[in-house]
Amino acid sequence: MDPLHLYQNSYLFVVVFLFVAIMLPIVALTLGKMLRPHDPAPEKLTTYESGVKPFQDSRVQFQVSYYLFALMFVIFDVETVFLYPWAVAYEKLGVFALVEMLIFIVMLLLGLIYAWKKKVLKWK
Amino acid sequence: MEWIQGVFTSSPTIESFAIYLLITVPFLLMVLGFVTYAILAERKVMGYIQLRYGPNRTGGRFGLLQTVADVFKLLIKEDTRPKLADKGLFILAPVIAFVPSFMVLVVLPYTETLTFANLGIGLLYFIAISGISTIGIVTAGWASNNKYALMGGMRAVAQMISYEIPLLMSLVGLVLFAGTLNLTEIIEQQQYVPYILLQPIGFIIFFICALAELNRIPFDLPEAESEIIAGYHVEYSGFRFAFFMLAEYVYMFAMAGLITVLFLGGWQPIIGLGFIPGFVWFALKFSLVVFVFMWIRATLPRLRSDQLMEFAWKVLLPISLANIFLSAILKELFF
Repeated sequence: MDPLHLYQNSYLFVVVFLFVAIMLPIVALTLGKMLRPHDPAPEKLTTYESGVKPFQDSRVQFQVSYYLFALMFVIFDVETVFLYPWAVAYEKLGVFALVEMLIFIVMLLLGLIYAWKKKVLKWK
Repeated sequence: MEWIQGVFTSSPTIESFAIYLLITVPFLLMVLGFVTYAILAERKVMGYIQLRYGPNRTGGRFGLLQTVADVFKLLIKEDTRPKLADKGLFILAPVIAFVPSFMVLVVLPYTETLTFANLGIGLLYFIAISGISTIGIVTAGWASNNKYALMGGMRAVAQMISYEIPLLMSLVGLVLFAGTLNLTEIIEQQQYVPYILLQPIGFIIFFICALAELNRIPFDLPEAESEIIAGYHVEYSGFRFAFFMLAEYVYMFAMAGLITVLFLGGWQPIIGLGFIPGFVWFALKFSLVVFVFMWIRATLPRLRSDQLMEFAWKVLLPISLANIFLSAILKELFF
């Protein structure tokens, strides 16, 4: 029993799953090519817009609030990266780390409250 | 069995890759079978909840071959790709959406011995990989070069990243109690008390966020039929469309499995009923979670866009943060 080999084999299994997951669409779509008709017409290849002729560029401008939410996401996602190791090692770290984490989260919470008051979280 | 054990403890070679491939392919077929019958079950359950019969023609009285027929129909449909679409990304998007949903299944422990990869960071792996499926959806929305698709894709990103935060936070309390990220160890700790009783707030938040991550009603705004036709997959047809559906249901399999493992105690039997094998317990708990998903879909209306976003940031996030410290204090006092 070598723990290193168990470890390597576990990740090899992950690679196998990745391989199978990529192969399934390739195999299915290649096999499907033999079964399905291929008859393109200019009307078929137009962009769908509820039966109306497509007008203007479809890559339209978007509200800025999407970006603000994305920024908030990055901040809090990084926060969780810190929270997980702390949670795993909580028993060894004890109360001191708990207080430290509390301070860390209160600071981020202040940011959330600030964004809240600035109406960033309001979806327009 | 011992032979497999031997392969698993020896140094990995090309042969072990081939052996794992032989194990994975039947598992993939099993998952595809689950998807086929989950779709049928969903239609049946929704039918009975809405006082209809659901599919009852193809394949006998219970419509047992309905989804099989649907899949074959999709297989022989023409594959159209709009002229304005971005060719490479259009082809790549269904693959990006599907791959992570299948990859996460590798860490779930189905019984005491049956885990494909018993990773020390199993939970983190699951969450990290499942986040990638968002990219597949936004790629589809962008590559289609269609207004509805782009809107659906953008909505999907906004929704999925907003609900990912409380989803991650709601599990920190559980990790605090468990002290590990290994899913097998988490199940072993639930021998007497499942974590749903120790972490009720975490469970409710996680369940809501799981529904949102799965883009299911009441959180199906990215593919709201009545507003933006079908959202990000409006331009997809035939089997490429089928891969989005497949990804959605495989992801549902994964999420229901994760809820079973984390909160319901996986293969652990109810005390006194230990003679029933672990796999049956896993399947029972798993089916219960899937049924509740379907029940919610048939019962609740779709949320409005602003309600959806504000609910994630103003309700779920503060509660899940509070839950972390509540758990830490509880652990300090009682454990």
